[in-house]
Amino acid sequence: MTKLDRRTAAVHPVDHIAHSHRLRWPEALPWLLIAATYLLFPSYLALGSQVLIMVLFALSLDLVLGYAGIVTLGHAAFFGLGAYTAGLLAAHGWSEPISALFAAAVVAGAFGAASGAIILRTSGLTLLMLTLAVVSLLAEAANKADSITGGADGLQGIVINPLLGRFDFDLYGRTAYLYCAAVLLVMWYVVRRLVHSPFGRSLTGIRENRLRMHAIGAPVRRRLVTAYAIGAAVAGVAGALQAQTTQFVALNVISFHLSAAVLIILIFGGAGRLYGAFVGAPIYMVAQDMLSRLDPVYWFFWVGLLLVLVVLFARGGILGCVDGVRRRWP
Amino acid sequence: MTSPALETRRLSKSFGALVVTNEVDFKLERGARHALIGPNGAGKTTFINLITGRIPHSAGCVLLDGEDVSALPQEARVKRGLGRTFQINTLFPDLSVLENVVMAVSERQGRGGDLFRPAGSRRDIIDEAYDLLERLRLADDALRPVRTIAYGRQRLVEIAIALGLKPKVLLLDEPAAGVPSAETALILDVMAELPAEMAVLIIEHDMDLVFRFARRITVLVQGAVLTEGSPAEILADPRVREVYLGERRHD
Repeated sequence: MTKLDRRTAAVHPVDHIAHSHRLRWPEALPWLLIAATYLLFPSYLALGSQVLIMVLFALSLDLVLGYAGIVTLGHAAFFGLGAYTAGLLAAHGWSEPISALFAAAVVAGAFGAASGAIILRTSGLTLLMLTLAVVSLLAEAANKADSITGGADGLQGIVINPLLGRFDFDLYGRTAYLYCAAVLLVMWYVVRRLVHSPFGRSLTGIRENRLRMHAIGAPVRRRLVTAYAIGAAVAGVAGALQAQTTQFVALNVISFHLSAAVLIILIFGGAGRLYGAFVGAPIYMVAQDMLSRLDPVYWFFWVGLLLVLVVLFARGGILGCVDGVRRRWP
Repeated sequence: MTSPALETRRLSKSFGALVVTNEVDFKLERGARHALIGPNGAGKTTFINLITGRIPHSAGCVLLDGEDVSALPQEARVKRGLGRTFQINTLFPDLSVLENVVMAVSERQGRGGDLFRPAGSRRDIIDEAYDLLERLRLADDALRPVRTIAYGRQRLVEIAIALGLKPKVLLLDEPAAGVPSAETALILDVMAELPAEMAVLIIEHDMDLVFRFARRITVLVQGAVLTEGSPAEILADPRVREVYLGERRHD
């Protein structure tokens, strides 16, 4: 390629692809907003931590659903496993939070790999039903094992040591918020690396055309199981954060309801874009907070209505709309 | 004596009582330019799918480079140098033309499973894919999503992806299917420039294209080989006229 070529073409196609993983300035926006929330709304940090946890949870689903195209209604199984792992460790004397995050990731990831190796032999509706079956089985197991999990009363007696031995989890949730933000930053970086890696691109390939991926020699099922396990591990970290910051684990961390909620969040924000989770989770959580105050009985109806509108008129979610606008007015 | 690039021995496939491929003995020599023709429903695409392992065979075997690959899954056969295109476009529609080919090159180099190194940092892979686009005159469309380019050019992307695998054996399943006859010349040009050492098997209905490209022709009728020979022999064979060329006159 000559220098002249480089000047005549705006960006050479090879450069365009070679630079596609570089950071762009809009990617700083979520982090500025997270920092601004900490400074401007100190009394909302408890809700803020919940939002950050849901962002992380939805980010893990984006890897599985948005990139790999695995449609699942059972993603809360991994969130719940992570929550119970961290919760049980802390209730039995392992009070150091960061190592417990790793433990939660390992447990959820291992379960994701094992269950994925079985259910990812199927696809379509069968797979959807199997993901639902897995989360239902796990929920029932947690319910029945009440001597360990506390059952319907929830898991109590969680004690968390100060973060890094120095920062107490205070009443205002400042430490918890910063802790969640820091973990989210690390996990975002990991997931971002993943989706821009050849592995991540091949997941997109599998989603776009599985037949062709077979025909170019890609081990399709192994890739899917790997993606499913990594998504499960990240979801487990989100669940562990939830257990640690609220110091309580209720049965609803493993539920169809939570699986559906995180799916709705991702669809709102826009799946397969890495940032759909960052857009969808705050909107969903704030809408839930407001709607449940305005209309405590039927608030979920309004969430449903919003979902119908998004699916009918904005297939790519909110970020999809933003892309559409940018294409029209470049 | 060297073994053929691809060989099938008594390769058979039946769905229940229905025999769609019937004890096919077939050899594709190294560097061959071979066409597989036959009336609709003769089982040509099924034959390709059996060779690639997309559908399991019922009996017989498939040999690549003299080695039996019948028990291997699709991806292992691809790794041994078997590439194919599809009769119906089987592409990554929302990805750019360049990314479509990068995907294949990346898998061939065994890099498709890399977890942390950015795909963009493998400049050698992207350069190789782009060179391929230039060879196939697709470079102008490199960054356009595949679904937005003309159908005839999408057919070229089919071939580009297969070539990204640097196959020893290339199976082209109706490369000109659905392409207006004015544009088939483009596809024929690309086919004429395929590396000489690559063994190419083409299924095609466009007889003009077949007789211009192929140096050997096998005729498949009702899942079985009717005859095989040079284009001149096939043209002269009365049986072929009867089942195939004759039939076309009634179309």
